[in-house]
Parts: sequence; structure tokens; C-alpha cells
Amino acid sequence: MADEIKMKIEEEQEGTQVYSVPFPKDLSQLKDMAPIVIKFPWQVDYIHSYGQDSPWFAGVSNKKLLATKCMDEKCGYVCATPRLACPVCGKEMDWIELPQQAKVHTFTVCHFGSETFLPECPFVLALIEWEEADTLFLTRLLGVDPLKPTLDWIGMKVQAKFLRLSKFKPTDVYFVPAE
Amino acid sequence: MRPVYAVAGGVSKFAKARPDATYQALVKESFDYAVNDLGIEYKKFIEMCDGSVSSYFSDHFARQLMGGIMATDYLGLCPKPSLRVESGGATGGMCIQEGWKSIASGQMDICPCYGFETMSHVNTWKGNEFIALASDVSWDFPVGGFYSGYYAMMVVRHMKEFGTTVEQLAHISVKNHYNAYHNPYSQKQLKLTIEDVRNAPMVAYPLTRLDICVMSDGAATIMLASEDGVAKLEKESGKRIPKVKLTGIGSGTDMMRMSDRPHGDVILLPNESPEDYKDLKYPGVHSFRAGRTASKMAYEMAGITDPLGQIDFVELHDAYTSSEMQTYEDMGLCKYGEGGDFAASGKAFMPNIDYGLKLKDKSVCPVNPSGGLIACGHPVGASGIMQGVFALWQLQGTIPKHFNDKTLFLPDAKVGAIHSHAGTGTYVTVTIMEKEA
Ligand SMILES: [Zn+2]
Repeated sequence: MADEIKMKIEEEQEGTQVYSVPFPKDLSQLKDMAPIVIKFPWQVDYIHSYGQDSPWFAGVSNKKLLATKCMDEKCGYVCATPRLACPVCGKEMDWIELPQQAKVHTFTVCHFGSETFLPECPFVLALIEWEEADTLFLTRLLGVDPLKPTLDWIGMKVQAKFLRLSKFKPTDVYFVPAE
Repeated sequence: MRPVYAVAGGVSKFAKARPDATYQALVKESFDYAVNDLGIEYKKFIEMCDGSVSSYFSDHFARQLMGGIMATDYLGLCPKPSLRVESGGATGGMCIQEGWKSIASGQMDICPCYGFETMSHVNTWKGNEFIALASDVSWDFPVGGFYSGYYAMMVVRHMKEFGTTVEQLAHISVKNHYNAYHNPYSQKQLKLTIEDVRNAPMVAYPLTRLDICVMSDGAATIMLASEDGVAKLEKESGKRIPKVKLTGIGSGTDMMRMSDRPHGDVILLPNESPEDYKDLKYPGVHSFRAGRTASKMAYEMAGITDPLGQIDFVELHDAYTSSEMQTYEDMGLCKYGEGGDFAASGKAFMPNIDYGLKLKDKSVCPVNPSGGLIACGHPVGASGIMQGVFALWQLQGTIPKHFNDKTLFLPDAKVGAIHSHAGTGTYVTVTIMEKEA
């Protein structure tokens, strides 16, 4: 016998094609009619450019983790998630390389999510910090048990790992606990 | 700038799905309610309007661009001026503030502000995806775009920084769901325990399904007027309108990517000093700089120097129990770091409801007496306006009439605050509303 007896069929969006519906003789009955609900498929291939951020993706494809640094000597702000305009002083920023070891700043375990990522649940999202950078980087954290999360993960030393076959997405790099 | 008054409001029934009505008809439902409440014939009222503001968050959920004008034309407000406001989750709050500007500037005397969202047209997972598109699609979305996950990371850092606990957060869920029990407009009416909240399915550690608001279909309308506008409406209806003035508006922003948020100094309210925050790096990802900025601006305008002492109730954007807790701090109801204690203290609970909890303090400033977004539902473009309507009814003394239940009525309330908040704190609005003697 099953542990739990199913009492409900989960709703999904498959349906039957219908080309006609009944119609009353008396028009005054129309306002009591149930709403007609139709399915409208919507799919698009969007041609997305990373523009000025593109070198970062070339970097992870070559196992290098890039960041940007403000060219102004007095400022020198470093963005671990690159921007080419300094968020502090507005000057242009330059590309620099970041160390591949860093620390967990915060994290979560996603047990649900957007449609795209549902098959990967549960997965760990983390923001990573570097002593060498003023801002953080959003990434996936692997090598920890997603069913046993603990605040002790914060501050943990982590190591960057790179996909061998690049997808040219920020997930071409991910982090695991450092040895 | 001229004084601005809120004179009437309406809220459509918020529900998981409203296939019986298009968004235009939902807006009309809330708009009709407000016009009826004013006691003016519909056609006459439309003639009296100088223009309007519409708001909705997502062109994706609507599968329609320029849905704003389609709501406006359905109401019969063409060819008068109008615009659509969009600022993520703060859309509704921003809509009210745009209406405020139209009146305060002298451009309009009577301006309806309405908002809507229909989120039921895609499944929950696709809905999560649409919402997550309101994060950087180059850097955030592809990593695992999920708003509950983003907020969860923020509160995890808050827990580490300040020792905030999940049980403290659960108090907020219990409070808001209990309150909603007496609000017929609410989508979820539940009597919960702390254990119920913690034992609900985990969505994004440490937030469970009962820490998070649901998606909804719904609309809301609030009518704003100048002194002259109020006089015209009173003349037409032959009724006195209880005067509720919008005495302060404030808004603030923060960077979209949480990773980009600075780690600097706290923006101080008048009742705080730099010594309070010697070792705190601010806002980081644990606090909402936009919420603090919005509060500070609205408080300065309304002359509020002691928020907890001067504000009688708050309707704030509790898409998550965690964001309600963080907003206590941003709004200065307690200091940064004390949000968890404040949540469990009882200070934000209603005075006359038995929540089945042991609370150490008496009610001081009820937060989300209506049940908030967690229990009322969150049709994004309508939510901030719904808060405005519920706050207006509190200050007009008409909650018992509109709710057909007086439990949530705060008869002594003179000053209310409404707070609307977009994705991880990118746009936040705070508006102060006051009963005029
Ligand atoms: Zn700089």
C-alpha cells in the first residue's frame, strides 16, 4: 500500500482542442457563461549581447576569473561582478584578474524555482566575497549537502571550478569548498 | 506644493485566478467601489476627473504592452491625461506618489490612481521565471533566477550578522495570517502556529511556503484630490468626506544586482547616532538602503522624528516574512539588527487579537493589520494601492463598514504609513497618511 493515497490529479496545461461551444437561445443568459480560456504558446530566440562585459565570459572560458578596477588612483574600487563604469566615481574601469579562492558571504538552498531551473532543485546559490574586491559575485556552490544547510557555511573558503565546455553563461564558473 | 488628500478607494477580490474577468474589468470593479463610496454618479465622477495614473508590473504576465491605457479607456477616462507607472513590486506605491505629484503641483484637482496584475495566466514555475526576469539577465537570472532565493540569501546574512532566528520570522507569518482572518479581501485566512510555519515545505532555506506571499489576480484604486477637489466632490455628493491627508512621500533606490551593493555607513534617522552602528557595514545584502532612504525622506516631510512613537500603524510590503522584519529596521521602528526581536516582541501585533503566542510586549504600532501581502495576496501592480486603500479606511474610520468586521479597526489611529518595495529593495516608496481633525 502507498504511504499516501493520492486524492487529486495535479493540474497541468495539456488540453483538448475545441472548435465550438454551446450557445443559449436567450442572450440574457450570456453573463452567466463560464469564461473561455485558451492556451497561447509563446517562444522566442533572443539574440543577447554581453556588450562591454564580454571579456569576462572569454575569461572563464580560459579558466580565468576577471573583475574590473577603477582607473582612478584615489578610488581603485574593484567590482567582482564586472561593470565598466565605476559605481563610486563614474570613471572607466579596467579588467584585472581575481584569485580563484574566495569566501562564502551568504547562501540559500533553492527547493523550488523558475521553470528553467526546476530540474536542478535543490541547488545552492551563494554570494562570494574576496579580500581583493569591494563587491560580491553570485554563483552556484557545490560540494556541500543541500539538505543540511548551516550558517557555518558563511566564511567558508571556496575554490573556483570551470566548465570544460563553455556555455558563455555566468555558470561557466562555480565554487566548491577549498581543500 | 498643495496639500493632497485621499478620498476613496476600492479593492477587487484578490484570488489565485480570476478567469471571470480581464484586467480591465478587475480595475473597473475596484474603481466602481470607490465611486460608489463617494456617492457620486459614475458619469459625473468621470467628468470631474482631471486625469489619472495607471500601474502594472509585468508586460509578460499581461502578454500585453500598454495595458495601462487599456484599463484607462475601459474606465471611460479618455481623452484626459494619464500615464502608466512601473517600478517592480513598488509599482502601486509609486502610482500613488505620481498621483500625489499631479495634485501637489497644481496640475490636477481630482486624480484616480489604479493598478492591477493578472498572474494566473502562467503556471507558478513560469510565473517565478517572469518575476526573476526582474533581475540582471546577464549575471543573476542564469545562475538560478528565483526571487525567493534572492531574499533567502539576504536573510541568511541577516541571521549571521545579527543572530536573527527563523522562529522570530515565523511570528510575522502567524500575525499576518491571523489578521487576515478578519479581512474579507484577503486571499489566505489561516490560524497558524510557529511550528506550522517552520514545518511547511521549504522553498528557499530558511524560508518556507508560509514565509512567502502567493501570486494573485487583482486590482485596486485610490482617488486623490486637492482641497478644491475635495470641495467639488463634497458639493456633488452632498456628503462630507473624512479628511485623510498624504503628508509625506519618499522613495529610494538600490542597485539591481545584490552583488553590487556597497558595504559602507548606515543612513541615519533622527533618533539614531553613528555610535549605534560602529561595526556595521551597510547596507550589504542584509538591509534595504532604498527603504531607509524612502523612510527618511517621507519622515522629514511629515515631521516624524520618532517613528515608533508617532506612527500608529504601518501597511508594509511583506512579500516575505524576512522583508517585513528587515523593513522594521529600515523604517526605524527599531534599530538595525533588532528586527528579529521586534518581530517576536508583540509590538507589531494587533491589540485585540489572541494569536496563541506568548508575546512580551503590548501592541505599539500594528504592522500589516490587513494581513499584508502574505495573506491578502500580491497582484504586483495593485498591492501598493491596496495598502493605501486599507490605510485610508483605517484613518477614515470605515474599516468596520468595508470589512463588515471591526476587529482590525484601530479607532485611535491618526498617522499611518504605507510602504511599497520592489525586487530585493531596488525601488522603495514610503507614504505617510494622516487623519485631519
Ligand atoms: Zn572609481
